[in-house]
Amino acid sequence: MSKRILIKGNEAIAEAAIASGCRHFFGYPITPQNELAAHMSRRLPKIGGCYLQAESEVAAINMVYGASAAGVRCMTSSSSPGISLKTEGLSYLAGCDLPAVVINVQRGGPGLGSIQPSQADYFQAVKGGGHGDYRMIVLAPNSVQEMYSHTCKAFDLADQYRLTVMILTDGFLGQMMEPMTVESGQLTVDSEKDWAVGGKRGKRIVNSLFLKPADLEKSNLERFERYKLVEESEPLHEGYMLDDAEIVVAAYGATSRITRNAIDEARSQGVKAGLLRPVTVWPFPKKAFAKAAEHARAFVSAEMSMGQMIEDVELAIRCRRPVLLCSRVGGMAPEPKQIFDAILQADKEAAR
Amino acid sequence: MTTVFEKTPMLTDTVLHYCPGCTHGVIHRLVAEVLEELNVGERTVGIAPVGCSVMAYNYFNCDFVQAAHGRAPAVATGVKRANPDSVVFTYQGDGDLAAIGTAETVHAAARGENITAIFVNNTIYGMTGGQMAPTTMPGQITQTSPYGRDIKAAGYPIRVCEMLATLDGTAYCERVAVDCVKNVRAAKKAIKKAFEMQLAGKGFTLVEVLSTCPTNWGLNPVESLGWLREKMMPYYPLGVYKE
Repeated sequence: MSKRILIKGNEAIAEAAIASGCRHFFGYPITPQNELAAHMSRRLPKIGGCYLQAESEVAAINMVYGASAAGVRCMTSSSSPGISLKTEGLSYLAGCDLPAVVINVQRGGPGLGSIQPSQADYFQAVKGGGHGDYRMIVLAPNSVQEMYSHTCKAFDLADQYRLTVMILTDGFLGQMMEPMTVESGQLTVDSEKDWAVGGKRGKRIVNSLFLKPADLEKSNLERFERYKLVEESEPLHEGYMLDDAEIVVAAYGATSRITRNAIDEARSQGVKAGLLRPVTVWPFPKKAFAKAAEHARAFVSAEMSMGQMIEDVELAIRCRRPVLLCSRVGGMAPEPKQIFDAILQADKEAAR
Repeated sequence: MTTVFEKTPMLTDTVLHYCPGCTHGVIHRLVAEVLEELNVGERTVGIAPVGCSVMAYNYFNCDFVQAAHGRAPAVATGVKRANPDSVVFTYQGDGDLAAIGTAETVHAAARGENITAIFVNNTIYGMTGGQMAPTTMPGQITQTSPYGRDIKAAGYPIRVCEMLATLDGTAYCERVAVDCVKNVRAAKKAIKKAFEMQLAGKGFTLVEVLSTCPTNWGLNPVESLGWLREKMMPYYPLGVYKE
């Protein structure tokens, strides 16, 4: 059974969380993610859940930390400046191997920046952000439908690997309305949480303090064994006219949709362009890029940031091909024409 | 042989790491005895702070979550909301609760969060080597107030009980001390009352315990107790501030 509805991206995430068994949401107001928290505040009290507006982003992520330690599926959402505040909690969640789902509806930065869409938190999301060695699985939806399906997937992945899964989206996708199919039965891996506190199951401790360096190293190494599994099993990408592409544009999220128009235009003019869209930005789909480098003469990284994902593209193809940056920032978005021009430029560079 | 005294089973056998003369050990025992007497150990979740009592999770015989510095009331909120049947307490020092975690403390109280905070006030950051705390007395010498706390530059100490008593969400707050037998007994009574009120669903409860730090005060344990009585008690009067 499935039904078709028209819904905002932010609200789709909220509905997906509820469908995935999330009954605890802790948030703090910030544009452009407010519809998400508002939706939770309407829905959760009616179904026996807990919506709590925290006193700060810091408090909200620490409430998630506590609720997760107690074994429930829980979530917080924010936008860029708020995510900066949450990084303390992200590090602690990682250090305690607690599952959590965190939403970043990105806006322009740095500083207070703007309330318009951006992708400038890429480094923060995929390289860590908080202190210490840790990773998050980072999913980058590009439609309202995917805001829903990725959020459902996020809860399962978080439980499966005991880590934080971030939905890295932006003000476009958060604010836009699109038709979406609500799929019932999406959930769930309801794993036995034999580490959760508060249930008369013998003494349990959730902790990230290891005073002996050898113990802390061991804990890090064990965690990275899990990350290795994630890197082997979970990279996702989507190709568009990719198989024979000589110019490959890398773009994720909203930018990947703009890019498709540029690809169509290039193809109509005889340039063999294609799109390689990372669906997971961590783990980055390295193999897909390495494979594309076999037939591509050049790459373009189209992003709403000053050249962040481009570094992962260069690493994934071991710098074997030229990679051009096509970017708009500060809340500005690239037009298809700009990406099309970048494709032509890349074509020229490759021929040089 | 007749057993006249036994350590409460709510404390583990782990040897405490606290300095000689420190009153954390006494406070740990009071909390543990109360948990035993109320028979709630199995459903209790303690939240450990950052500070001297960071390793409280090793000492109490109940579930524990170690929290980021100052965030214990937020973490406790998450635990309690996820599992309202659990008995949740935070154990925090003055730097943790009244400086970096002031917002979390005030708002947990304002929400009437049904948790208990055990607030250990010894006027100094102990773990990090004795820096000035939000509760450091005017004129008190610490590592970062080497000429004595200058209120013109560093402002005034915070009286937490008085501040939280103004909030409707605070169900109960009392300031006690553990400097003598009489006060230790009163402290236990206060801690028990706080947990009983949590069990009755009354809202936020806090017990502030005036405590000593001989190591960082540069006094021996007996002198420390005297300093607590002479210097701290006049500024931080014992008593019930809200009930």
